[in-house]
Amino acid sequence: MDLGPLLLSFEVATIATLLAAVVGIAVAALLANYRFPGRDLIDVVFTAPMVMPPTVLGYYVLVTLGRRSVLGHAFESLTGTSIVFTMTGAVVAATIGALPLVVKSVRAALEQTDPTLILAARTLGATKLRAFFTVQVPLATRGIAAALMLAFARAVGDFGVTLMVAGDIPGKTRTASLAIYSAIQAQHEREATTMVVILTVMVLALLYGVGKLTARRPDDR
Amino acid sequence: MSGGDNLSVRIVLHTRSFTLDVAFEVKPGVTVLFGPSGSGKSRTLGCIAGIVRPDKGRISLGSDVWFDETRASLPIQRRRVAYVFQSLALFPHMTAEDNVSYGIARTIPKAERRATAHDMLAKMRVGHLADRKPHTFSGGEAQRVALARAFAMKPKALLLDEPFSALDAGVKLELLAEVGDWLARERVPTILVTHHAEEASALGDHVVMLEKGRVVREAAIDDPTLSLPKIRAAAK
Repeated sequence: MDLGPLLLSFEVATIATLLAAVVGIAVAALLANYRFPGRDLIDVVFTAPMVMPPTVLGYYVLVTLGRRSVLGHAFESLTGTSIVFTMTGAVVAATIGALPLVVKSVRAALEQTDPTLILAARTLGATKLRAFFTVQVPLATRGIAAALMLAFARAVGDFGVTLMVAGDIPGKTRTASLAIYSAIQAQHEREATTMVVILTVMVLALLYGVGKLTARRPDDR
Repeated sequence: MSGGDNLSVRIVLHTRSFTLDVAFEVKPGVTVLFGPSGSGKSRTLGCIAGIVRPDKGRISLGSDVWFDETRASLPIQRRRVAYVFQSLALFPHMTAEDNVSYGIARTIPKAERRATAHDMLAKMRVGHLADRKPHTFSGGEAQRVALARAFAMKPKALLLDEPFSALDAGVKLELLAEVGDWLARERVPTILVTHHAEEASALGDHVVMLEKGRVVREAAIDDPTLSLPKIRAAAK
C-alpha cells in the first residue's frame, strides 16, 4: 500500500492545526473577553465553514488566494510557488475546516473561567494580557487541548475544499481522503479499505481523548 | 507605602434597577460598609477597585486621582488596591506561594518575591501550605492565604468583601486579631463589608451605612448612639 497520502494528510493536518490554533485562540479570546460592535458577525464568519458547502468555501479561497489574486500573487512572488494546487492549498483547506472547532471550543473553555479570578489577577497588578496568559489560559488548558485534537481530527479528513483548492494531484496534493475517493473510483477497494480503517481508528481515538479531557474531574483544580 | 492618606470616594452610578449615589472618606484604619444586600456595597467596592466605571464622581487617594468623570480612569492594575473577594478567588492552579507572589511588583527579583511570599504566609501562620494548591485548604486556611496575598502586594488600599463570612466563630476571632495587627502596622485605608456586628466592632473605626444606593448614616464605631444590634438589624 502507498503510505504517501496518509503521511501527506498528517503533515497537512499538523500544520493546519498549528495555524488554526494561533488564529483560533486569538479569535476565541476576543469573542470571550470583549464586547464590541461586529462581535456576532465575527462569530458567524468563523462558524460558517462548519455548514457552508465546501464548493462555496473553495470558490472563495480560489478567488482570494488564486494565482491572479493580490494575495496569491504576492505569495507566489515571495516563495516562488502558488498557494492553490499545491500542498499549501491543502493546508489552507484543512485550516478552514479546523478553525470553527477551535474558535467554538476554545471560546467555551475560556468563558468557563470564573470572572472573579481574572478580576483578582487585575487587582493584583496584572495587565489584561498577563491575566489572560497566567490565569485564563492555564485554567482552560484541557479545553484548549481538546479543541486542538478535534481540529486535527477534522483537518486530517478534509475532502471538499481540498479538492477545490488543491486538486487531486498524486504525490503532491492527494491526501488520504482524496486517495480513498480515487481508489474507489478505480475499484481498488482493498487499498481504500485500509485507509478507511486507519482514518476511522485515528478519529475515534482522538474523540475518545477529547471526551477524557473534557470530562469533569471531581478533584480538579 | 502611602500610609496616612485618605481615600475619598464620590460615586454616581446609574444602573437599570437603581442609582448608586454615595460620598464618603476612608481614613487609614477600617471603615465598615453596612447595608442590606442590594444597597450598593459591592458596586461601591467595584468602583474603587476600578472594575466598574462610575458615571460621575471622583475617587482619589491623597493626591493620586483614580477616577475623575472628566478624565480617563486609572486602570485596575495600577491602583494597587487589594481586594479580598467573598469567594477569596485564590488561583486554583497555583500553589499558595505562587498565589501570594503573584501580586508582588515584578520589578523585584524572583527570589526576593518568593522569600516575601514565604514570610507573609508564615506571618499568617500558613507557611506549611506554601507548596500546596487551594483545593487542599480548609476554609480558614484559604482565608489566611487570601489575606497573605492581599498584604504581600503592599496595597495602597484594602477592600474586604465579607471575607470572614464562612468561618466558625473561633477561627474568625483569631483571624480578626491578625488582620487587626496588620492594619495597625500598615495604616492603609480599608473598607470592610460585613453583616456581622462582632466583625464590625472588632476591626472597625468608622461605619458608613448604605441603603438603596445612598449613605444613610456615618458614625464612629464607638458612637454611643450607634448600637450594634441596630446595625445588625440594618444588615438583614
